[in-house]
Amino acid sequence: MTDASMQGGAAAPSRKSSIHTIDARTKKRNAAEARFKAYGLAAILVGLFFLVVLAVSIVRNGLPAFTETTVDLEFVLTEEQYQEAEGTLFKTAAYTDFFIAGLREQLVEDGVEVAFDEDAIERILGKVGGNLREFYRANEDKLGEPVSFTMSASSRVDGYMNGRVTRDGLEDSRFLMATDLDLVDVLRDAGIITQSFNWNFITGADSGVDNPGGAGIGASVVGSFFMMIVVLVLSLPIGVAASIYLEEFAPQNRFTDLIEVNISNLAAVPSIVFGILGLAVFIQFMHLPQSAPLVGGLVLTLMTLPTIIISTRASLKSVPPSIRDAALGVGASKMQAVFHHVLPLAMPGILTGTIIGLAQALGETAPLLLIGMVGFVARGYPDGFVGGFTEANSAMPAQIYTWAARADVSFYEKAWGGIIILLLFLLTMNIIAIILRRRFERRW
Amino acid sequence: MPLLWLFLIVLAIAAVGYVLGRSRALQSAGGDSRDLHSLPSYYGTNVAMKAAVPAFLLMLVWLLVQPLYINTVISGAIPDSAISDGANLGLVMSEVRRTAEGLDALVAAGEMTEAFARSARADLGDITQRLQDAGQIVTSEVTQPILRAAQDYRVMNATGSLLMSGAVIVLSLAGLLWGLRESQAAFRARNVVEAGVRALLIAAASIAILTTIGIVLSLVFNTIEFFRLYPASDFFFGLEWAPSFSGRGGSSELGVIPLLWGTFYISIVALLVAVPIGLFAAIYLSEYASRRVRGIAKPMLEVLAGIPTIVYGLFALLTVGPLLLSVFGREGLGWMQAGTAVMTAGIVMGIMLIPFVSSLSDDIINAVPQAMRDGSYGLGATKSETIKQVVLPAALPGIVGAILLAASRAIGETMIVVLGAGAAARLSLNPFEAMTTVTAKIVSQLTGDADFASPEALVAFALGMTLFVITLGLNVFALYIVRKYREQYE
Repeated sequence: MTDASMQGGAAAPSRKSSIHTIDARTKKRNAAEARFKAYGLAAILVGLFFLVVLAVSIVRNGLPAFTETTVDLEFVLTEEQYQEAEGTLFKTAAYTDFFIAGLREQLVEDGVEVAFDEDAIERILGKVGGNLREFYRANEDKLGEPVSFTMSASSRVDGYMNGRVTRDGLEDSRFLMATDLDLVDVLRDAGIITQSFNWNFITGADSGVDNPGGAGIGASVVGSFFMMIVVLVLSLPIGVAASIYLEEFAPQNRFTDLIEVNISNLAAVPSIVFGILGLAVFIQFMHLPQSAPLVGGLVLTLMTLPTIIISTRASLKSVPPSIRDAALGVGASKMQAVFHHVLPLAMPGILTGTIIGLAQALGETAPLLLIGMVGFVARGYPDGFVGGFTEANSAMPAQIYTWAARADVSFYEKAWGGIIILLLFLLTMNIIAIILRRRFERRW
Repeated sequence: MPLLWLFLIVLAIAAVGYVLGRSRALQSAGGDSRDLHSLPSYYGTNVAMKAAVPAFLLMLVWLLVQPLYINTVISGAIPDSAISDGANLGLVMSEVRRTAEGLDALVAAGEMTEAFARSARADLGDITQRLQDAGQIVTSEVTQPILRAAQDYRVMNATGSLLMSGAVIVLSLAGLLWGLRESQAAFRARNVVEAGVRALLIAAASIAILTTIGIVLSLVFNTIEFFRLYPASDFFFGLEWAPSFSGRGGSSELGVIPLLWGTFYISIVALLVAVPIGLFAAIYLSEYASRRVRGIAKPMLEVLAGIPTIVYGLFALLTVGPLLLSVFGREGLGWMQAGTAVMTAGIVMGIMLIPFVSSLSDDIINAVPQAMRDGSYGLGATKSETIKQVVLPAALPGIVGAILLAASRAIGETMIVVLGAGAAARLSLNPFEAMTTVTAKIVSQLTGDADFASPEALVAFALGMTLFVITLGLNVFALYIVRKYREQYE
C-alpha cells in the first residue's frame, strides 16, 4: 500500500499532472485522515486530562487533612490563682482570663504587640477555660509549675493556615472575624501557633458532627479490615471451588448453563441491589446486627464472587491440557490431577484475581449504606477480635460518605483526606497483584 | 461467643478423626500402606469429612430455622391488646427483641442476675430504668406483655442454642464413629472422598443461583407487600414523587416516572460524554497508537475504572459542581441554581464510564479480522476510511453491546448521583437543574428512620425491582447482540 497506488485509485482516468503532485481530492482525503487521527488522540488526552484533574483535586483538597494546627503555650497557674478561680461564679471564664494574661505575658516577652479580647481567643481556640480547669482539677500537683499546653485550634483557623479560608472570602461571623486573623498571624510568627502532622486523623475514630478537627479514619480502617477478612475467607474458597467445578468437572447440561447465566448476570447487577439483598436477608430475616462488618463482609462477598469466579476460571483455563493429561497418564484420578497439579499452577493468577476483587470490594459504598453503616458515628475501636466482626462500625468508603454528607464544610477536607488513605490501600493492593503476576505467572 | 467455640470444637473433632482414621486404616493393613485401597490420608479425610460436614450443615440450618420458629411462637403468644394503635406486630416484636438484648447485655455486664432477668414479678419501672441506665435503647416503659415475651424469648433462645450445641456435637461424634468403622483396608476411601469433594464443589457453584434467588425473593416479597399498601398503577404512572415524612403513609405520592426520567436523563448525559471519548480512544489505541503509547495510555485510562465510585461522588459534589456553577450559575449564565445537577452527575459518570466503553470497544475492534482491513487498504482506502467504512460497521453490533452495558452501569450507579445529582424529583428538561434517580431514592428511603412496614420504606424494594429488571434486560440484550456478532467471525 503506497501513496502512488492510493492516489492512482482515487484520481482515476483524467490525470494530467504528475502523480507526485497531490491533487485536491487526495488532499481532502489526507486532511480527513489527519483529522480523524487527531480526534482519537484528543479523546485519549481528554481522558488523561480528567485523570490528572481528579488526582490534583484529591491531593490538593486532601493533604490539609493530614496537618493540624495547634497552639503551644507554656503556662503557670499558681495555687492562689487556682483558689481564686474556683471561688468565682463563672469558673471557666476565670481560667480563660488567666490564660489570656499568660498569653499576653508571653507576647510581651517576645516583644510583639497585638490587641485581642476574650472572644477572639474563644473563636480561635474553643473552650480554653474549660480545658484548663479540667487539667488542673485532675493534676493539682502541677500548680505553680510551668506546664506546656498543646491545644488544637478551631477548624476555621486550621482552614486559614491551610489556605482553605482566605481573608477575601471571609465574612465576619461568630466563628471567625477578620481581626482574629491578624492575631493568628502574630501568634504564628511568634511560634505559638504551629502546624504539625495530624496523627489523630490516621489513628483516631470519628468525632461526631460538631468537632471536625478531631475526626479520624482509624476506626473505619479497622472496620474495613474486618470486612475484608470476611470477604477473603468466604469468597476465595467458594470462588475457587465454584470455578474448579465449572471449568473441570461440570457436564454440559442445563444446570451448568443455569449457573453460568447466573454468574454472568450477577456480575452486572448494580451494587445497590446487593445492598437490598443484604438488608432483606441478613438484617430483616436473619436478624444479624446492623452496621456490623460481618454483614458488610457477607454482602460484599456475594458481590465479588462473580468477579473472582470469572478471573479464576480464566487462570484455570490457561493451564495447558498437557499437564492434566500427564497427571492422568501416571494414574492420578481426575480430582488428584486438578488439586495436585492444575490448581497450584493456576494459583498466582487466582491470587491476582482475588486481590483485584478485594480491592473492588474495599472501595464499594452503595451496599454499605443500606445495611446501616452510615449515619452512625464510629466513635471507638471494637474491643477484641470477635467484637471486630459483630460490633457496629463504619468502613472507609462509608466514613467518607458520612463526612461528605455533613453540613459543616470542614468535614469535606476530612473526606478528601480519607480518599487519599483509601486510594493508598487500593494502590498497594493493585501493586501486590501486579508483582504477583509478574513474578509467578507462567506462560506456556 | 459460643458459636465460635462450637465451630472450633467441631473442627477439633474433625482433626482428631483425621488422625484416628488414618492410623486405624494403617493398622487394619498391618502397617503396610501398600495393602490399602487408597492412600492413608484419604481414610483420615473421609473421617474428618464425615465428622465436620453434616455437623456444619446442621448448624447452618438450625441457625436459620431457630429465629423463625421462636418468632412465630412468641408473636403468637403476644395478646392483641398489647399492640397499640398505629403499631403492628413487627414493631412490637422488634421492641421485644430489643428488650431481650438489653437484658442479655445487663446480665453479661454483671449488673443483673440471671434469676432476676427471668423473674416474672420484676417491677416494670425498675427494669426500664435499669435498661436505660445501661445505655440500652428502650423507647418507652416496658409493658408487661413485652417483658413476658422478652423473657420467653431469652429462655427459648438459650435452650435453642444449648440444644443446637448438643445436637451438633453429637452429630459430629456420630460422623466420627461412622467414618472410623469404615476405615478398613478394603474400603474405597478415595472414591468416597472425591465424591464428597465433588458435592462440595457443586454446592459452591450453586451459591450463584442462591444469590439470584435471594435477590429475586427479597425484592418480590417486599414489592408485593408495597403494592398491597399502595396501588401499582399510581406507582408506575404517577407523575409526582413526594413521600411524606411521618412514616404513616396515606399522604405520600410515590410515582416512579420522575425518578425514571432523572435516571435516564443523567445516563444520557453520561453516555454523551463517555461514548465519543471512549470510542475514539479505543480506535486510536487499537489502530493508530504505537506499542509504547498503547502500553502507557491504556493502563492509565483503566485507572479511571479502578477508582471507587465514592471518589467520583465527592469529585462531583466538591469539584465539578462548583466549577459548573461558576460558569452556568448566577454569576455566569444564570442557568444553574446549585452545584448538584443533572450535568454534574452526568459528566462525572461519563468520566467513570470512559474506560468501560474504551476497553470493551478496543477488544471488539481488535476482534475484527485483519484480512478485512487489508482488503480495504488494497482497494486504496486510507486508514480512517477503512475504519469508518469497514472496521466500525463490522464491529458495530459489539460496540452497541458495549454501549448498552455502559448504559446499564450508568442506570445502576449510586454514589455519584447520591452526592452529585440532588434530591428533588422533577420532570424537567433543563440539564442544569437538580434531579434525582431511582438508586438515590432507594438509598434515601432505606436509610431514614421510617418503619420497614410503611409504604415509604417498602417503595425502595419496588424501585429496586424496577432497577433490577431494567439493568437485567439491558444486560441480556447486550450479551445477545455481542454473542450474535461473535458468531460471524469464529
